[in-house]
Amino acid sequence: MKLHNISFNNLRRRKGKMIFLVLGLFIGIATIVTLMSITESMTHDIEDRLDQYGANIVMVPRSDNLALSYGGITMGGVNYQTVEFAEAKIPEIRTIENSKNLGLVAPKVLGAATVKGKDVLLMGVDIETEMQLKNWWQFAGAPPAAADELLIGSQTAKTFSLAIGDILTIGNRDFTVTTILKPTGASEDGIIIGDLHTFQEILGKQGKVSMVEIQAFCRDCPITELVLQIGEKFPEAKVTGLRQAMMSKMQTVEMFKTFSYGIAVLVIFIGSLLVFVTMMGSVNERTREIGIVRAIGFRRGHVMQIILLEAMVVGLLGGLLGYLGGNAIAWAALPLVVKSSSFAGLNYNLGGVSLLLAVALSLIASLYPAQKASKLDPSEALRAL
Amino acid sequence: MATMTQNPAVDANAKHLIEIQGIGKDYQEGESSVQAIREMTFAIDDGEFVSIMGQSGSGKSTLLSILGGLNHPTRGRILLDTLDIYKLTSEQRADLRSEYIGVIFQSFQLIPYLTVLENVKLPMSITGRKGRKQEKMARDVLARVGLANKADRLPDQLSGGEQERVAIARAIVNKPPILLADEPTGNLDSKTAEEIMNLLKELNSEGQTIIMVTHNPEACKHSSRTIMVKDGSCFEN
Repeated sequence: MKLHNISFNNLRRRKGKMIFLVLGLFIGIATIVTLMSITESMTHDIEDRLDQYGANIVMVPRSDNLALSYGGITMGGVNYQTVEFAEAKIPEIRTIENSKNLGLVAPKVLGAATVKGKDVLLMGVDIETEMQLKNWWQFAGAPPAAADELLIGSQTAKTFSLAIGDILTIGNRDFTVTTILKPTGASEDGIIIGDLHTFQEILGKQGKVSMVEIQAFCRDCPITELVLQIGEKFPEAKVTGLRQAMMSKMQTVEMFKTFSYGIAVLVIFIGSLLVFVTMMGSVNERTREIGIVRAIGFRRGHVMQIILLEAMVVGLLGGLLGYLGGNAIAWAALPLVVKSSSFAGLNYNLGGVSLLLAVALSLIASLYPAQKASKLDPSEALRAL
Repeated sequence: MATMTQNPAVDANAKHLIEIQGIGKDYQEGESSVQAIREMTFAIDDGEFVSIMGQSGSGKSTLLSILGGLNHPTRGRILLDTLDIYKLTSEQRADLRSEYIGVIFQSFQLIPYLTVLENVKLPMSITGRKGRKQEKMARDVLARVGLANKADRLPDQLSGGEQERVAIARAIVNKPPILLADEPTGNLDSKTAEEIMNLLKELNSEGQTIIMVTHNPEACKHSSRTIMVKDGSCFEN
């Protein structure tokens, strides 16, 4: 028989006490894990939603001669001449170091044309990408599906008295109006949107792109880093990160995280007290037993070894069950707490931290009573006989 | 009857196994000090079976705990083979107990969550003996006390007499030269008590030094010498 046999036999044959101790740790750790898991899932959810909400990097050619505006980009008053870059070079955006953080890349060609005797801004886009990027757009009709179909801003539709199904001639080509945007209050209201390559031809800008809107998922990278990396690839471009949007995005998430960490610290504090009191009681109950083994010839170190090994086993069990239980609760509770949010999955780092925390709590809580018990004069302990 | 303080049994020239030299023990009770042991001086030789007899509260259990290195005396010293045991650190005294002293406690004091066999193995768990050797020694000693067939029982599944036998087996399994027994028959009926006393006598006849504390005059009959303790002092009977 070795000392660890004494620890294991105590835990095995005094199941009630062990279950009580493990339960104390389980509640503490499970509460923390549940809270953290729900927070993490909600954070993911918020980040995903915010990330999907439009572009947060804009790339335009370096030029002092821009006029009109779109999405904060000035295109100049009556000078519709813009500087462009080659469309063929656009895919290079995806070769930057943090390319995994890139979402949609939406190139656009911009230019003025005269329609029914009026100047109007044309914007050629990859329709499918654009519709995904501007997922807040509300419109009448169906999104354009062919190169000769148009998406018309609300103001433009009013100006030209256009309705869905109408034919509009731009240059020498006929287009069908399939979609009319509801007022957005933004630049889209006064423009005509159509297929990128078709509009390039009409504007005489084949293979050219006026600007690129980029969607970046900045959960684990600073947007400035992405802006720099894209800027290095396109020295002729002016790359701008919509910092404000990102800042408020991150602030929301950070506030949420800080709140949950605050709660977690509180739970850890209360849990530690609970474990400490339970461990203290458990060791104090064993004063007589400690007296016996000390009288038999056990050293203080032997007594400490037995008690701390038990604490470690209890900690490991409590931590593991707490982690699994916490995740199970989070998985079950998440749809009730946050509608439409889904469980982010097991976080193994959190698992490691839970185990360490539980073992550390258990050890710290037993250290003082174990030390006190081992220092007890055997005759004092035996007086309780 | 002569007080042990003047007892010629402590011969300055003779070498004894244990020498108790002028020990005393005071306890603090509130602001006043109570003398549990006033002054005791006597010696015990190797192979003796000594009974320490006295009424409850006479100081005999305190004396036994001091002899076992469990309770620091207020005055005097205990020499074990000329070694002053209270000059050792508490950890050294723990090692000394492990190697030289077996203790049979009043009310058996078995560990409730360990089986009979594990309780007997308990003193060996800190000796570094191999598992197989431990197993053999524990089973041999259980056979010796007549409990070979109850090795896997838990203490609360045994009768009082059987628990006392387990306590004896645990105390002698490491083959310590000195066996201290605190009221070993105190909780037993007369028949079982007689059996236990015969077992102790048998161990003594094999050379084990036994020091037994009791308030039962019947138990003293089995010992080779009786020391009476009264009001914190002792007398040779």
